[in-house]
Amino acid sequence: MGAAPQTDPFVPQLYRVGRVRRELADTMTLELAPFAGPRPSFEPGQFNMLYAFGVGEVAVSISGAADASSFIHTVRDVGAVSGAIAALEAGATIGLRGPFGTGWPVVSAQGADLLLVAGGLGLAPLRPAIYHVLANRPRYGRVVILVGSRNPLGMLYRRELEEWRRRLDVDIEMTVDHADADWHGNVGVVPSLIRRVAFDPHETIALICGPEVMMRFTVNALREAGVLPDRIYLSMERNMKCAIGLCGHCQFGPAFVCKDGPVMRFDRIAEILAVREI
Amino acid sequence: MEGLEHILTQHPFFAGFSDEHSRLVAGCARNHRYDAGEYLFREGSPADEFFLIRHGQVALEIVSPGQAPIVFATLGEGEIVGASWLVPPYRWMFDARCVALTRAIGIDAACLRGKCEADHDLGYELMKRFLPILVQRLHATRLQILDVYGKR
Repeated sequence: MGAAPQTDPFVPQLYRVGRVRRELADTMTLELAPFAGPRPSFEPGQFNMLYAFGVGEVAVSISGAADASSFIHTVRDVGAVSGAIAALEAGATIGLRGPFGTGWPVVSAQGADLLLVAGGLGLAPLRPAIYHVLANRPRYGRVVILVGSRNPLGMLYRRELEEWRRRLDVDIEMTVDHADADWHGNVGVVPSLIRRVAFDPHETIALICGPEVMMRFTVNALREAGVLPDRIYLSMERNMKCAIGLCGHCQFGPAFVCKDGPVMRFDRIAEILAVREI
Repeated sequence: MEGLEHILTQHPFFAGFSDEHSRLVAGCARNHRYDAGEYLFREGSPADEFFLIRHGQVALEIVSPGQAPIVFATLGEGEIVGASWLVPPYRWMFDARCVALTRAIGIDAACLRGKCEADHDLGYELMKRFLPILVQRLHATRLQILDVYGKR
């Protein structure tokens, strides 16, 4: 049950930073609980606008489970705002607007096989979908999760990935772009894994999140394998500002990524995705 | 020999190969078994054989003096290791180390090159199989060097 909708979507609500966990050298996961009332409900794949007071606001995907009492966000320090948020400590106050945008098709995908492909920090927006699928495992067919990162030290949620890997009802393959001889997993880009894993292209729905170049290569590999464009979903990233489709900063052809995305079906954006000026 | 021919035809690389060509390739093939840590080949050594992995995992790596080896790719079941046997001077450009117990079919390079010279249809069939793999690996390498997970 979510909180009452905000009357003004531009006004951030106050949230308290709970537990803070360092994931990687520059990446933190924060638990954010509202000062008043329950936190709003969300769909896996949606995002919030997080406001570091006096610094600025940034869109960050929700990376926790839908049944968690707090919003969980994994934030990488890549600039002034994300750096300020990543530096927050437990007990700090943060502004939050949301959730916004479209989610992964975890309900409509019931009955299908699932192939989830994450690159780098792209595992964070996919994690709520993974939680959902694992919590409702009998409703899905074969589930394959492919994860790529720059190197073993850059592998997000490594401990959790190892836990999922021990499950017998999920196939997980991890790969890194570069490694030394101590790494005993796959080395190579994540789209290469698609040719190595067994899945039925006609029964599979693919969910992809990562850097756009990685997603394009992944789509190519999926198309080569026979997955139809309308069974491929991407989480797009653009410069989200207002988050409600008014300001136009995240315009993506005729769509706004904040409102019509971030999760978008490939066949609906294929032509726009190929236009490099957009 | 019949056993090897059967194994070859089961390998994805030779899927759809004619009986005649399978027989010709099997004449150049032999079975290998490597423990984890053993090398299929080392950089600079003669590329006198290429490998079809039946089971296991092979890391391709390059060593810089004074540094730990850098693994740039891993290959597994159903994949092939090595293309340097196709191109003079037929020397390996990297090390291939088995990460796990690995079973592979080795194809004698000089033997196969000779058969391809004698039977261009066989050579063409082989090139049709090798070239897509090389192009896929070239694309993958391009993506790898883009370092897409680095900070922009």
